[in-house]
Amino acid sequence: MASVSVFANISQAPEDPILGVTVAYNKDSSPHKLNLGVGAYRTEEGKPLVLDVVRRAEKLLVSDISLKKEYLPITGLADFNKSSAKLILGSDSPAIQENRVATVQCLSGTGSLRVGAEFLKKHYNQHTIYIPSPTWGNHPKIFMMAGLSVKTYRYYDPATRGLDFEGLQQDLSAATSGSIVLLHACAHNPTGVDPTLDQWEHIRKLMRSKGLLPFFDSAYQGFASGSLDADAQSVRMFVADGGECLAAQSYAKNMGLYGERIGALSIVLTSADVARKVESQLKLVIRPMYSSPPIHGASIVATILNDREMYHDWTVELKAMADRIISMRKQLYDAMCAKGTPGDWSHIIKQIGMFTFTGLNPEQVAFMTSEYHVYMTSDGRISMAGLSSSKVTHLSDAMHAAVTRV
Amino acid sequence: MTTAKAIRRGLATYVTYRSYFLDSSSKRMMSTWWRRVEPAPKDPILGVTEAFLADRHPHKVNVGVGAYRNDDGRSVVLECVREAERVISGNTNMEYLPMGGNQTFVEETLKLAYGDESEYISNNKIAAVQTLSGTGACYLFAKFQRRFQSNSRVYIPIPTWSNHHNIWRDAQVPQRSFHYYHAESRGLDFPSLMDDIKNAPSGSFFMLHACAHNPTGVDPSEEQWREISYLFKIKNHFAFFDMAYQGFASGNTEKDAEAIRIFLKDGHLIACAQSYAKNMGLYGQRVGCLSILCENELQALAVKSQLQQIAGSMYGNPPLHGSLIVSIILTNPDLKKLWLKEVKGMADRIIDMRIALRENLENLGSSISWEHITNQIGMFCFSGMTPEQVDQLTDRYHIYMTRNGRISMAGVTTGNVRYIAEAIHKVTRS
Repeated sequence: MASVSVFANISQAPEDPILGVTVAYNKDSSPHKLNLGVGAYRTEEGKPLVLDVVRRAEKLLVSDISLKKEYLPITGLADFNKSSAKLILGSDSPAIQENRVATVQCLSGTGSLRVGAEFLKKHYNQHTIYIPSPTWGNHPKIFMMAGLSVKTYRYYDPATRGLDFEGLQQDLSAATSGSIVLLHACAHNPTGVDPTLDQWEHIRKLMRSKGLLPFFDSAYQGFASGSLDADAQSVRMFVADGGECLAAQSYAKNMGLYGERIGALSIVLTSADVARKVESQLKLVIRPMYSSPPIHGASIVATILNDREMYHDWTVELKAMADRIISMRKQLYDAMCAKGTPGDWSHIIKQIGMFTFTGLNPEQVAFMTSEYHVYMTSDGRISMAGLSSSKVTHLSDAMHAAVTRV
Repeated sequence: MTTAKAIRRGLATYVTYRSYFLDSSSKRMMSTWWRRVEPAPKDPILGVTEAFLADRHPHKVNVGVGAYRNDDGRSVVLECVREAERVISGNTNMEYLPMGGNQTFVEETLKLAYGDESEYISNNKIAAVQTLSGTGACYLFAKFQRRFQSNSRVYIPIPTWSNHHNIWRDAQVPQRSFHYYHAESRGLDFPSLMDDIKNAPSGSFFMLHACAHNPTGVDPSEEQWREISYLFKIKNHFAFFDMAYQGFASGNTEKDAEAIRIFLKDGHLIACAQSYAKNMGLYGQRVGCLSILCENELQALAVKSQLQQIAGSMYGNPPLHGSLIVSIILTNPDLKKLWLKEVKGMADRIIDMRIALRENLENLGSSISWEHITNQIGMFCFSGMTPEQVDQLTDRYHIYMTRNGRISMAGVTTGNVRYIAEAIHKVTRS
């Protein structure tokens, strides 16, 4: 007798909209097709890139037969954790020197956000998190699955294609005291719109006066401006005032370690004693989920960060990636201007990081896909990393057509 | 350092701003946020290794955590793994895996559990995703169970790996236990086990160790597995297999999958967690698989999509490196052969140490029966020692193990087996 499944009534979950773009792209046979969907860096030739310094690190690791490959501690590779905290907070950070930072290795940015959220659900007395509108599609799911309730604060202004600073301040002012607030440390995903340092200062003051708890998502440090320190300013400002915050870091983009799932969660506390207790509780969050994090990516990152020469070489390769993207922005902007496409396209060069929020609507996006084989998410976001010089003309043609005909 | 000084220090290093000082009310608010956070208790298993590492005694022995050691007491990286890593290093891109993981890896892994020629694989009836080793597979299943069978509980054997309790508790699935270990015989309490299966409400979820039960090393016989499977059919129970030691128990991967194959033959729609931590020595890579056998391909696709959703909000997609090692080894006939040989080598060494430990104890004239050392199978031996005896073993003889009396046989070597036997004999003599 055939068995009946206890899960027979399960319905198919919807596909991830971002990954769905690549699926559709792969199916397209046109020689002109262009994938501007997922945020993974591509070279001028449109190829994925493994950083040279990463290759060197891997070779070192493979040839060192004395290296143990056993379980990492629950909190991950100690050297990696120390270096990661220094990278985001600054090697001179008083918080680090005073042992007030609890850092745990996690599975890239996603894993760091989730572990942080689970910890907050268990140990923090406020269970509401405010996320910017819009934000990365996975953010609300991560926090909801951790049991937090998710609200939004205004962020992007479609009229200016810039920051809705007024709206942001109003919404954070109205938030319940003590609420958690998600902040993109730099290179906001999907809009590419970042507050200025002055605006960050206002945000900091406002949040501290309301006792709002900052939770930074730092997925693009070094990738936005090309400078690791500049891209960490927002986080460091909050730490410098002596207050507490959480920061999730990812090495997916800035070290090209996407698939290795390597990141870190750092929680900055007011005392070393609290930091120790917090770390012990973070272990209890992690242990049932996966016991301990994966070793490979952590070893690569630790090797690079702790070797002066390799660290330097990394910064050079990182800057080159950031510069190529900045160059693509300029080229696209120039092409739009040359065409005389109606509208103000300066946001292309004002926005920062991997993505440009073009301002195109879903109909225009669908038109670009069907007529020009340009693949992007329906919110009008394009990954500049997927663009190369040879494709700029094609893209600007497509955008021009979308704007004038749809 | 005063707050003011810290702030000035921070400012001087990075930015030149007007100095900012927190007002006293926000400072107060912030300092109370974490006041109630208690220091967490140490993990009982991992705490053992910590204590071992801190001990400076020359004869100290670690038979605590279940990581394989060779006869020199050293950790091992398998030759097949080194070979695979040489192939991988510097030669591949590191893009995101699909949400369900490395598909080649998943397919090869399913073959190990379900059989090379399994029709379930060829008919796409298995929903399977790459997970963060066995822990990740169990956790993903527990979350999935909570979501889609929200009224169910899970029956867990007494005793079991301690993290099993954390996993299902964290997933908010209520736990019940079923009898398993028989203390007097240091074997299986089969009658009570069958009673518990019978008395559980129909359609209950059971977590079963497929082979090499952790921590007892006590496995049902083939005949007993058949009877368990039969009773499961009558009661319409759900069987979730945690298989963390395939190949490691008997030395033969097919034999170690026997329980699963019996259940499959009886038509059960099982779920299975697989790990390569021990049998491929990939502990730190966190590579494993969760599979759920469904009625048909469409159902498997739906289930897989839901598993991916749950995993997606936890860590996005699984880590690449370990999955590449496994798929390179399993798809290369020479490397696969080498792996099977190396797994058998590890299992054989452990079996030899079981024999040696038992013989040593018997030769010392112990009046206690130590048969169970060789009856039990896999990495662990449930010695039958009490927590107090274990404490003496640690305090007097610097032998480290978990207080439930579990000995990790992987930590026993020809070099230390006599010392261990003498110590055990001394603390159990009275």
